[in-house]
Amino acid sequence: MERLETRAPLTWRVATVARLQPETPSATTLILDVPEWPGHLAGQHVDVRLTAEDGYQAERSYSIASAPQDLHLAITVERIDDGEVSPYLTDELRTGDQLELRGPIGGYFTWEAAGGGPLLLLAGGSGLVPLMAMLRHRAAATSDAAATVLVSARSWEDVLYRDELATHDEHGVTVRYTLTREQPPQWAGWAGRVSAEMLRELGADRPEPLHVFVCGPTGFVEHVADLLVQLGRDPHAIKTERFGPTGGS
Amino acid sequence: MSPLISRGFGGRRRRDVDASRIPPGQYVTDDFPVLSAGPTPSGSLDTWTFSLTGAVDEPTSWSWEELLALPSEEIRTDIHCVTKWSKLDTAWRGVSVDILLEGVDTTADFVSAFCDGGYTTNLPFADVTDGQAWVAYEFDGGPLDPVHGGPARLLVPHLYFWKSAKWVQGLELLDHDEPGFWETNGYHNRGDPWKEQRYWSD
Repeated sequence: MERLETRAPLTWRVATVARLQPETPSATTLILDVPEWPGHLAGQHVDVRLTAEDGYQAERSYSIASAPQDLHLAITVERIDDGEVSPYLTDELRTGDQLELRGPIGGYFTWEAAGGGPLLLLAGGSGLVPLMAMLRHRAAATSDAAATVLVSARSWEDVLYRDELATHDEHGVTVRYTLTREQPPQWAGWAGRVSAEMLRELGADRPEPLHVFVCGPTGFVEHVADLLVQLGRDPHAIKTERFGPTGGS
Repeated sequence: MSPLISRGFGGRRRRDVDASRIPPGQYVTDDFPVLSAGPTPSGSLDTWTFSLTGAVDEPTSWSWEELLALPSEEIRTDIHCVTKWSKLDTAWRGVSVDILLEGVDTTADFVSAFCDGGYTTNLPFADVTDGQAWVAYEFDGGPLDPVHGGPARLLVPHLYFWKSAKWVQGLELLDHDEPGFWETNGYHNRGDPWKEQRYWSD
């Protein structure tokens, strides 16, 4: 592993909003200009700090959505209705606004194209964000690592990056969906919570080594990680990232 | 650098909590988020042990029943996770590390807590003694849930909560510091929330 200590210290930087891209009714991607960004690995996150006029501050962590190769740093923020920071980022922030952030943070839940595949990515809701950074990194690096992604979302309109996932699907990534609450008419994907059958169909029970990344709300991650262990996957080769109801607010 | 004012950001201060109990950059939550690097282990209490190893005159270990038979205490404390949430007045029951170390002859300056699943975290010896650390097995009057580190976790509430290693199985006593899992993955070596020591360069 790269020694993080050789990298730039994690100081607060001023980022400028270059563009805001709505992703779903409740999620927006912030595309940011960050002068002298030191670079990151797919899967890492940043801390964002907001300061009110009276000096009150709030900090939260957000996964990086962009590939290390991308020109801008992007984070996708899911609005938590009673949250303190996310409604500001999704509803109040405008192009040209500035905010403070620092990073990249986290040296474990990461994937580099040089590490190869096969990759099995399991996303619950906005847990797709750091996994999308991996798919974008895979594409930007023209990696031929086999990759499979399972996206679990409440409904089709809640799925992040739908159009872009379709283009990855055309470039060697198997993309499957399960919709837990509501399915469109003639829905050909899966419905309901992730099951052992779904994971088997994705090859999770095969004996060969897999890089497995699971990200989502706590309940999703606990459930999926338990299924993977029951299917015989080595617990040490399952990397997880969980967020609770307040984890990303 | 003076902080940048965020246009239109008012914030939502909690009026019901004492601000002096909240370390910088933290916010108070009423639920108990779960953060772990891998699947939750499911070990049996029949084979569970807690051990003291390393720089000790004689390695010691306790079975689950032996641990429960040791004098325990109730700990009411605030906890602070490096991912920004703090939880106030949490209630635990556990055995003080001081009790586990009674009669142990050691020159250790550091410990490495080791866990089911292979996780380790390092702490100065001085941070786990003098009533500052416990092996906790109850939360809120009931058995500690596996997702929160049950059957037993280390409890070192004056440091960020990743130091309170889940599924703890022992302490290795060391004469040198040996950075653990998160400490070699970009997080701070000591993790004092009041100094906001989150990441390696803080």
